[in-house]
Amino acid sequence: MDGAASSTPGANVHKRVVITVNSKPALPSFVRLHHDKARDRWVILVPERVLVPDETAVEIVQMCDGVKTVRDLVDELAKKYNADRALITVDVLAMLQDLADKSFLEDKGATP
Amino acid sequence: MNEITRIGPADGVAALEGAIAPERPALPLAVLAEITHRCPLQCPYCSNPVELERSNAELSTDEWKRVISELAGLGVLQFHFSGGEPTARRDLVELVAHASKAGLYTNLITSAVLLDEKKLAALKEAGLNHVQISFQDSDERIANRVAGYKDAHRKKLAVAGMVRAAGLPLTVNAVVHRQNLHHLPEMIQMSIELGAARMEVAHVQYYGWALKNRAQLMPTVEQLDEATRVVEEARERLHGTIVIDYVIPDYYARRPKKCMGGWGRQFFNISPSGKILPCHAAESITTLRFDSVRDHAIEWIWNESEALNKYRGTSWMPKPCQGCEMAEIDWGGCRCQAFALTGDAGNTDPACELSPRHQEIFQMAKAESEADERRFLYRNFAGGTWEKIDDPVA
Ligand code: SF4
Ligand code: SF4
Repeated sequence: MDGAASSTPGANVHKRVVITVNSKPALPSFVRLHHDKARDRWVILVPERVLVPDETAVEIVQMCDGVKTVRDLVDELAKKYNADRALITVDVLAMLQDLADKSFLEDKGATP
Repeated sequence: MNEITRIGPADGVAALEGAIAPERPALPLAVLAEITHRCPLQCPYCSNPVELERSNAELSTDEWKRVISELAGLGVLQFHFSGGEPTARRDLVELVAHASKAGLYTNLITSAVLLDEKKLAALKEAGLNHVQISFQDSDERIANRVAGYKDAHRKKLAVAGMVRAAGLPLTVNAVVHRQNLHHLPEMIQMSIELGAARMEVAHVQYYGWALKNRAQLMPTVEQLDEATRVVEEARERLHGTIVIDYVIPDYYARRPKKCMGGWGRQFFNISPSGKILPCHAAESITTLRFDSVRDHAIEWIWNESEALNKYRGTSWMPKPCQGCEMAEIDWGGCRCQAFALTGDAGNTDPACELSPRHQEIFQMAKAESEADERRFLYRNFAGGTWEKIDDPVA
């Protein structure tokens, strides 16, 4: 991705990731979903912080494998919970965009 | 149990802030280890104590490994390698590998001047998760002068590029003060061009070396207002591109900072010789004795150490903190600052407007900033060396 060192100024700039239903979200290598045994719960380890996702967020993040699109995630969730697709889409996009804006999520489907 | 604060309205993800029981907090989730005080740089605001610990006092490789395993066993999740300059220790790669194997998330807080591609590759291979590089300015001449090190800035830029090329995430840490604040917009731009996903803009906090250089570093009131404006504007404009964390100087504030989230409450660091400290400046409080991992189990120190218990919770508080509605929010401010400015760590932090000393401190800061003394006292093991004005480093 934007890893390669470049002599072009600005080529290294970290660009805003915009999550859409076509995005293929994944956690970057430095963000780790971790089961905290001592406290028996899931945490997301990021630089300088420990995040505690709620149950739904854990489920969504676990599905973010860089292959499935957000649309796929929504389909799965809608089927599993027999819930309204439009509502789920709004929630999933909001949650993923928030992670992306903190640079804790990347889009494997985006053209580099 | 731990207190959880939501960091966004819709994200379903909260940031963990540490323990809730004020008098008996659970062990922190993240620990910072100052594995050495040695450092090739001489920053006049260094947060290390003025009495630096010598290399022969440092914990050995085996001792650090034992400490790391002990912490992982206690449920600590993140381990920050800091200093001094952590890369000055030859066993850094071994220690990172050990922490990584123990399941800890590892972060390297470095001045970068001793790093190169080979060392970075080895660190990455060992499982390093994140790198934070400190910058002294965006202007090479001032940067090298503040660092007291020839060529520091160019090396830092090069290493930052290598960090990104290695696929490691980068945080830029910029310590700001009167002599570099006019370059804050350029420092933000530099961080973006370096590919940093996160930037810390931290005003100098005045204890240790920084206290000795306070007159040289204290921003003017106008500079502070301008810096806050610049950060707020950049945050808005760069939303999603870079996260900017901002630490304000509290001499000019009306309320003190929530220092370390409260004394001995959510955080500790370990000194090179293994002392467990509630914050990196705690040893400036010369009336306290801190316990070492060489003598006690870490869990025992966290729960039982007299120094850690001394200012925990609210029962130790004097007036005006006692009974104040902010007592469990800012925990009375910073103990090190109370000690430095009033001679008693048990006083209300004079940064608070309600402290009887506040006006005096505010006026002093203002007067110092306006007098504009510039010559630095550099940090070193010899107790400091004055900058030679006729023979600048850069
Ligand atoms: S603040 Fe400067 S002198 Fe102190 S440890 Fe960091 S790089 Fe070294
Ligand atoms: S009086 Fe003490 S508790 Fe109240 S705001 Fe000031 S420092 Fe905080």
